[in-house]
Amino acid sequence: MVLGADASFLNPDKLLLLVVLAATCACIVASMMAARAGRVPKIRRIAGLEAVEEAVGRATEMGRPILFVPGIQDMDNPMTVAGITVLSRVAGTAAQYDATLDVPVSRSLVMQAARESVQAAALQAGQPDWYDPERIRYITDEQFGYAAYAAGAMARDKPAACFYMGCFFAESLILAENGNAVGAIQIAGTAETAQLPFFVASCDYTLIGEEFFAASAYLSGAPDQLGTLRGQDIAKALIALALAAGVAMATIEAFSPATVTDPAAEVAP
Amino acid sequence: MSRSVALLICLVGGLTMLVSPFLPMATGWANDVTDWFNILAAMAFVLGGGSLLKVQLMRLSARGPGWGYSAVTLLAFVVTLWVGLGKVGVVADPSAPTVAWSGKPDDEGSAFWWIYLYVMTPITSTLFAVLAFYVASAAFRAFRAKNLEATLLLATAFVILLGRTFAGVVLTGWLPDWASGLRLENLAVTIMDVFNTAGNRAIIIGIALGVASTGIRLMLGLDRSYLGGDA
Repeated sequence: MVLGADASFLNPDKLLLLVVLAATCACIVASMMAARAGRVPKIRRIAGLEAVEEAVGRATEMGRPILFVPGIQDMDNPMTVAGITVLSRVAGTAAQYDATLDVPVSRSLVMQAARESVQAAALQAGQPDWYDPERIRYITDEQFGYAAYAAGAMARDKPAACFYMGCFFAESLILAENGNAVGAIQIAGTAETAQLPFFVASCDYTLIGEEFFAASAYLSGAPDQLGTLRGQDIAKALIALALAAGVAMATIEAFSPATVTDPAAEVAP
Repeated sequence: MSRSVALLICLVGGLTMLVSPFLPMATGWANDVTDWFNILAAMAFVLGGGSLLKVQLMRLSARGPGWGYSAVTLLAFVVTLWVGLGKVGVVADPSAPTVAWSGKPDDEGSAFWWIYLYVMTPITSTLFAVLAFYVASAAFRAFRAKNLEATLLLATAFVILLGRTFAGVVLTGWLPDWASGLRLENLAVTIMDVFNTAGNRAIIIGIALGVASTGIRLMLGLDRSYLGGDA
């Protein structure tokens, strides 16, 4: 690629965004290194993730399957990647308990990633024979076709636990209400803000936004991964300070003499 | 070795996408990465289709409960594939009228177009319409005034529901202009524009930071569970 003589190296319109991104990344990497050096942060308890073992145990006791839905988007979506990381933890627990885990997917690449992930989890749990690739199957890319399959599977198999972890759109409520109707314990996680109210209304536990992305680090318990969560919090505090400063400056500007004009002065001569 | 290559691809692809909005020269690279992903996804579709066929054929041969559904799925799969690949009913493109297959498979009048319009669209619309009933049942559970928070939620929902319909105007339209902010339609707008927007933005900022943190964990190889390896 040839860079034209008049082309600038950096996009000047996005310099501020670059600075914010660099600062955020610096906070996260610095916290990760601090955690690696021994300063491991204490992470608050996330009820939805603590309930994973309870949900898997319940399914085992009842002799009914676990349904895991990793959303309807492909592997280029960060929510799908986060969903697959949670799947590996759920699969590890399910393998230990010898519970049945069904993972219908709506994208072929997600099917491959989920199979790799579940197989590795089964190996780590010391249960390589538990892994059955046919339980992780492709259904369709079509949104409502996939939702119809998942709803039908719930009505037929009556899973004792349902996990919805990934990117969802209008099908979220179809899935969650059907799971609710069969009496399953339901844990959802997504960063789609429009779907969060539906999951909150229909599921027992919901991982909201950043909690969902923190799930992998939280469940791994690895110090460097937990450190990145502290970095997130530091960046959030800095953003909150910037917001407060922005609000204060905008308020001062709105009430300053230069902005507040005298109505009498505006009267035409 | 294969895992190291996958991590390297993840790092290079991630960094390219990360810098592309800031470096004009990298925009083309980001498009290349997206193209590679699309090619990979298209190739993986063969695996997905294979999995679908295998599972449904196994169910059909086992004659277990619901085997008829598998037969319908297989029939629909094969017919749609044949109609689409064979360009059944496709009218030749005006630019090449003598070439029978020059039209697009989903052009108006083709069999593929007919299936989409008269089979897919009605089924999808039906499922979407069912959502109205699910919303009602979910709202019934969510809006039970069990405690202070649930009561506040219920009251807010009432204001929004009434404010978004003509009932809001009828009920509070008599309020004088100096109290117009208390009219239900204006209260609904205030709740959506101020309280709802503020809450939404807070969640979105958290999500953005979560995505950044997840991206760093993936690019640095701290979190490898999506590759089948533990952290």
